[in-house]
Order: sequence, then structure tokens, then C-alpha cells
Amino acid sequence: MAKSALLKSSLAKKYWMALTGLFLCTFLVGHLLGNLQLLQAVGPEAKDQFNEYALFMTSNPLIMILSYVTYISILFHAIDGVLLTIRNRKARPHGYESFKPSTNSMWASRNMGILGTVILAFIIVHMNMFWAKMKFGGLDNTIYTTESGAEVKDLYTITLQAFQDPQYGLIWVIAYAIAMLAVAFHLSHGFASGFQSLGVNHPKYNGFIRKFGMGFAILIPLAFAVIPFYIHFILENI
Amino acid sequence: MKLTLKIWRQKNATTKGKIQNYQIDGIDPDMSFLEMLDVLNEQLINKEEEPVGFDHDCREGICGSCSLQINGEPHGPDRGVTTCQLHMRKFKDGDTITIEPFRAAAFPVIKDLVVDRSSFDRIQQAGGYISVNTSGNTQDANAIPIEKEDADASFYAATCIGCGACVAACKNASAMLFTAAKVSQFALLPQGEIEADRRVLAMVEQMDKEGFGNCTNTGACEIECPKGISLENIARMNREYLKASVK
Repeated sequence: MAKSALLKSSLAKKYWMALTGLFLCTFLVGHLLGNLQLLQAVGPEAKDQFNEYALFMTSNPLIMILSYVTYISILFHAIDGVLLTIRNRKARPHGYESFKPSTNSMWASRNMGILGTVILAFIIVHMNMFWAKMKFGGLDNTIYTTESGAEVKDLYTITLQAFQDPQYGLIWVIAYAIAMLAVAFHLSHGFASGFQSLGVNHPKYNGFIRKFGMGFAILIPLAFAVIPFYIHFILENI
Repeated sequence: MKLTLKIWRQKNATTKGKIQNYQIDGIDPDMSFLEMLDVLNEQLINKEEEPVGFDHDCREGICGSCSLQINGEPHGPDRGVTTCQLHMRKFKDGDTITIEPFRAAAFPVIKDLVVDRSSFDRIQQAGGYISVNTSGNTQDANAIPIEKEDADASFYAATCIGCGACVAACKNASAMLFTAAKVSQFALLPQGEIEADRRVLAMVEQMDKEGFGNCTNTGACEIECPKGISLENIARMNREYLKASVK
């Protein structure tokens, strides 16, 4: 019983949701640290640094293992979310005439599915724009040798071009900002919720977890969102 | 007080119901919500109409019988009270009040505002007990020393009256606060420890079988619970279940 319980039960779904979600939080930090390298003046150094970093991220075996864990986590988190939503809809086939959830819960906590869908749509577009090109040869014609002698693909130029495009650049910047807003709201509930699901709830630490989660939910997406604005409005055109 | 009531009327479990409007006058602000419904029912009976069916028993907030979704919230807008303790002074003269049954697949409507909450009984029967000899030579409970903090937390969990407000308030119609309270009250005590693993696995399994939704930690249950049962209990159940599952 114990084994099947850990796969099928409602509580098991919560554990997986929490574990994959919290893992993805650590992924966000790593990804952000990489992106922050874009916050410097255009030039061969910035270009080399970013492209060498991108090469490292796609060739280092440890990072590759981590990236596969990330892909699986995203898929699992999304599928688990869909399964939960289906079951939860079935649990109340007849809705209320009058229902006031705003009196007892936060908007984000009740709309994790919608927020998650926005984020998933963003991930698909985002990966198509950058990750797929890097992975599946879209950048093969941009390969050059950096100052330090590494053979790299020029992801740097592709990234800057996307957000500096005279026609679509601003649209991408705004779309990126909207996606980060969704991430912020998703995390504002998800971070602390993950700990609760795993049973970490103690009056001594609850306040800290909630505040840290809120800070995380505001600062990380904000830092992500600043980058495309910087590229579009401040950075000189490539 | 003069009020407009929008009440869910449903003849029985198989027929379709609908919201029906009633006008009521002369309501004393110090009446309880159920007394207001009593007045309405007397008027309906005098008019030879079918009175509104609703659950009630002790009318002092300890039995868990009364339910009702009042203006979109279980047990109405007041906090920490059951419907029988809700007073009409919480409303204003001329208000329109919507009264519905608790809604969940696991709480089917029997008639009007009465729902079948026996799914809670079955969760309790699945493991919400301790197997002790009660044939007359039971050991004195005070013979086992228990830490004050544990005794208090267990007692708070045990104040759950099983009314179902947690399910009614939850956007997912999840019964995790109820189940967690019942798991917690035993898990915290040495008497409950012996069967702890079997209990939590069986009770969660039954909860899932009954068709309740999944907890997404919105916290609505804790706010609407007339007894203020804390989310801490759900976290404890999550720990207990994880512990029992990996053993």
C-alpha cells in the first residue's frame, strides 16, 4: 500500500508539485546569474564572456544533467498541475451562486493554473527563440573563435537583436515583462506553499519562509525583467 | 429587519434545484441565523408551503450539524462561529442574503440546504480512532505523562467539529483540513502513535476515494473554520503521510 500511495495519492501529487517547484526556484537563480552578464556595454568582451558562458552551459556534463532534471521538472510540474486541476474541478461539479473566495484567500493562490499556463506558454516561445537555436544548429553559421580561443556560437548577438528589433523588439520586451509578472505572482504563493506541502510548517519559521518567498517572488522576476528593458532602451544597438 | 432571501430549493437528491426568492420582515437583530430561518419556515408552513430544509442540532456551536453557504462563505461572514452562532446583527436592514448548501461532489444535496456529509464519517472510520480495550479495566489516561505543548496541539486539532466548512470554502472542495485535524489529534499523543502509519495512509486513501479535491494551500479553510483549525495540521499530516509511505 505504501508504495502505490506515494505514486497515486493526492498527497503524493503535492509532494511532487512542491519538489519540482522548489527545484525550479533554484534553477531561476542560476539562470538569472547567467543573464545578468548581459547588463554591460556592448563590445567584444561582453560578447565573448556571454557566449563562452553559453557554451559552458551546453557542454558541461554536470550542467547537462541539471538541465535534464529541469526539463523533466517543468513537464512534471505542468502535468501534475493539469491532473490536479481536473480532479479539483470534478470535486465540485455544482458551483455556488455566490462565492467570495477573496475574503479568505489570495488571488494568486487560487489562480496558480492560469499563471502556470502563461509561464508555460512563455517557456515554449522563449525556448524556441533561444534554446532551440543554440541546441539544434540554428546558430551554426555564427560560430567564431573568442579572444581566449574557444569556438562558440553567437547567442549574444541573437539575444540583443531580438530585443532591439525595430519592429518587434518592444513587443518582445513587453511580453517578457508580462511573463515575469506571472512568474512573480506564481512564486508569491508557490514558494511558501511548497514548504507547507512538504510538511515544513512551524510557528518559528513560517514568518521567515513567507517573507523570504515574497522577497524571492518580487526580486528574481524583477531582475529578469530589467534585462530586456536595458537591452531595448539603454544599450546601444548591436 | 426586512430582508430578501435567495435560498436554494431542491425537492430531493434526484431532482434539479433552483434559487428561490423570499421576502421576510420583522426579524430581530439579536436572532440567530437559524432562528431567522425558523421564522421563515413558520410563515411557509402557515401558507401551507414546504418549509426550507436545513441541518441543525445543538445550536451552541459544538455539534457541527449546521452548515450553509451564506453570501458566498460557509457559516456566513462572521469568523470563528458556526451558522447557529451567527446573529442577524451582522447584516443590515434591507440586505439580500444568498443561502446555499455546501457544495462538493462528496457532499451530495439531500434536500434544499441539507447535504450528506457521511463521507466525513467514512474518513473517520478508516482510521480516526485508537484500538483500546474499553471493557471496564481501561488504563487511566493521566497515567501516561504527555508534554503540555503536544497535549494542547492535540486538543486544538480535536476541537474540529466536522462541519465541512473547510470543504465548502475550498475552491477545490478539498477535505484536507478535516482529515489533517483527525490525523493530528492522535498523531501527537503516545496512545495514537502505535497505529499512526496505518491511520494516516487509510484516512488519506478514504479521503481520495470519496472524491474530495486536492489541497493547493490557499488557506481558505483555516480562515473559514468555525474552530480555527490551523494549516499546521495539514503540514503535520503531510509529514505523517510521507513518513508512513517510505517505511
